Amino acid sequence: MKIKEQISKFGIWFALIALVIIFSLTTETFLTQTNLFNIARQVSIIGICSVGMTFVILMGAMDLSIGAIIGISAVVSATMMSNGIQPVLAVITSLILGVAIGLFIALIVNKIGILPIIVTLAMMTALRGACFIITGGMPVYGIPKSFLFLGQGYVGFFPVPVIIMIIVFIIGYVILEKTVIGRVVYGTGGNEDASRLSGVSVKKVKYFVFAIQGFLGSLAGIILLSRVNSGQPSAGTGYEMDIITACVLGGIRVTGGEGKILGVIIGVLTIGVLSNGMVLLGVNEFWQMIVKGAVLLIAVTADKISKKTSNKMSEGSVKTA
Amino acid sequence: MNQPILELKNIKKVYPGVVALKNVSMKFYPGEVHAIVGENGAGKSTFIKTITGAIQPTEGKIFFEGKEIVNNNPIKSLSLGITAIYQEFNLIPYLSVAENIYYGRFPQKFGFVDYKTMYKNAKKVLDWLGIDINPKTIVKDLSVGYQQIVEIAKSISMNSRVLIMDEPSAPLTNNELKYLFNVVKKLTQQGVAIIYISHRMEEIFDLCHKVTVFRDGEYIKTMNVADTNKNDLFALMVNRKLNDNFPNRNYTPQEVVLEVEGLTTSKVSDISFKLHKGEILGFAGLVGAGRTEIALAIYGADKVRSGSITLKGKRIINKSPAQAIKNGIALIPEDRKKFGALMNMTIKENISYSMLKKIAWKFGIIKANFEKKTANEYKDVLSIKTPSINQKVINLSGGNQQKVILARCMFTDCEILIFDEPTRGIDIGAKQEIYALMNSLTQQGKSIIIISSEMPELLGMADRILVVYNGKIAGELLKKDADQQTILKLASGCDGGTYEN
Repeated sequence: MKIKEQISKFGIWFALIALVIIFSLTTETFLTQTNLFNIARQVSIIGICSVGMTFVILMGAMDLSIGAIIGISAVVSATMMSNGIQPVLAVITSLILGVAIGLFIALIVNKIGILPIIVTLAMMTALRGACFIITGGMPVYGIPKSFLFLGQGYVGFFPVPVIIMIIVFIIGYVILEKTVIGRVVYGTGGNEDASRLSGVSVKKVKYFVFAIQGFLGSLAGIILLSRVNSGQPSAGTGYEMDIITACVLGGIRVTGGEGKILGVIIGVLTIGVLSNGMVLLGVNEFWQMIVKGAVLLIAVTADKISKKTSNKMSEGSVKTA
Repeated sequence: MNQPILELKNIKKVYPGVVALKNVSMKFYPGEVHAIVGENGAGKSTFIKTITGAIQPTEGKIFFEGKEIVNNNPIKSLSLGITAIYQEFNLIPYLSVAENIYYGRFPQKFGFVDYKTMYKNAKKVLDWLGIDINPKTIVKDLSVGYQQIVEIAKSISMNSRVLIMDEPSAPLTNNELKYLFNVVKKLTQQGVAIIYISHRMEEIFDLCHKVTVFRDGEYIKTMNVADTNKNDLFALMVNRKLNDNFPNRNYTPQEVVLEVEGLTTSKVSDISFKLHKGEILGFAGLVGAGRTEIALAIYGADKVRSGSITLKGKRIINKSPAQAIKNGIALIPEDRKKFGALMNMTIKENISYSMLKKIAWKFGIIKANFEKKTANEYKDVLSIKTPSINQKVINLSGGNQQKVILARCMFTDCEILIFDEPTRGIDIGAKQEIYALMNSLTQQGKSIIIISSEMPELLGMADRILVVYNGKIAGELLKKDADQQTILKLASGCDGGTYEN
């Protein structure tokens, strides 16, 4: 039992290390400085969003609209900039839009009582439609050079998106571990009814969490725009999949209330290494999708097994108490 | 009438730490309505489950028509014709009456459901019952009374020989009740043995032939209904020795702290009472009478339709538990796991959870050391038994979990504490500790409302007792006037003659 528990606790570390070893042995390019920085840059977008998703899942909800929020944010800022509006203004507008979308999702969840997964499924579809309407289905060009620093620049040694991701992770960590709002996010996900009866404003928690999620999705969209240098109406499509997988791999319990953001960093890196390694090995894109789907299933299964083990453990300790 | 259809011999059921049922030896005869009475927790549900095979007795044997039922289970008992109708119906609301009656036993033709035969057979059963429902009606469109008839029809279609009815009259109107009685009488003419569980004395004397009393999991006595009366039954139901495990209360009336007037919600109506400083006010009543709902309404968790709450002379409106806590009211909920503790969080995190503001700096950063210090203080004061305050609450015993929730309430600096079933599932030692804590809280000037289904607890702790029946306050008893029998009478709606729905 002990060994099983240890494996499920540190399984994600084993998985990451194993992947690194496999790809290092099977490709010549994997373990090079350029490639490792490449991975870091590639994961920055899903890394930023996975912090927001961590909040959402911990609170006991699920967000499928995050990829579409990335898209709408990229498209809106691109369109504004190509029409000559100052990049700073375009960025601020997009961030406000992201927060507004998050608040809208929370509003529907709170007022009408629809499950977040359904509300965000509807948002995902609707926002993607909006992306194509705004752009007329065509990529938006004419992004000012000065804006490209955000996605392509370096500060000293480090790529800017990676720095932003690290900052977001640190802020996320502090909020979840050290503040009142972090505590009630965990509590709400752990037991919403008990939280309400304890005097927690569960609805406020939902507004806060979805606002953060919208903000970070929007931030990621802006960085993505700056990296690819054009506003693609399909930007961010399917990202929700990688983001949710990263969180679950990182040990965030799908039913909420449990998991640490430090694990999510490892989850994000695992997804990054996996994608990068498969590309280097020349694995066909469609096989990559199958592998990622399998990884999500395995992660959830591991989560389920560890839950069973920990339940058994606690039952045992009740008896001895 | 000479051979019993069902016989129980020396049935005993033991759960770890509790004896749920003991000394049960009973005989049930065809064509007889046999009532089972007892307080909440007297062992009635365990009794039903034993007969239907949902649980296995630890000791004892069950005989059906003189033959022992070995390894009883729900399928076996059904095949013998033992059926049960529970308080919560087992109907599927979106299916038709006929589909519900034959659910899982659909008549078939070439592997398809033979609807024609099914509707025809269903109609036959319903006609026999003398009820005019179209078997194609969707069950959710029927009234509760008719839904119950569907349950009965289902039992009949299974050739029921022994029919267990658990509180069948609870949801019915007076008209529906008469109808139920007719159906029951019809069934007895057909030789079905009926086990009738009810809180309502009138029904037992109107309908039943025999009555058996259970108390605290123990079989007490079986009598012919003709040879007994209400008062005797009540006396048997509560005739237990009161122990003196309770702290000495010396409460002298002080000023009013809380005044509730005409409080009405969807579940309770016109609730008025006063709570004094330092007083323990008990709420007695049967399960489902509305005691918890009164607490939830005061606590802002249930919507209040009308009425007023005055706290220390100031009118307050609690729209949410958060507001109630701000106003100085705290609640220890009935169901610890579902509504009380955050099981997967630590003791420390649970204690500060209702008052996180108190342990945080301006921007919501938690003062970790202060939180730890606070939790340790409460751990010592309430003597929560744990190696560390960083232990998850799920790993504690029930009594210690309850103390953690109490600590959380105390940390809100409340004036009024509402305890809903504070000692359910808690061992004797921890119970006494909680009683002592309640006593010392009132000595510090706090006021307490205690809702409990355990009469000794109410009689031992409360300075005054309000009895709730059917969503209303049925009576008020001072400590010196209160005894188990009077409370039970009021709680069963037998005093004052209100017998309505």
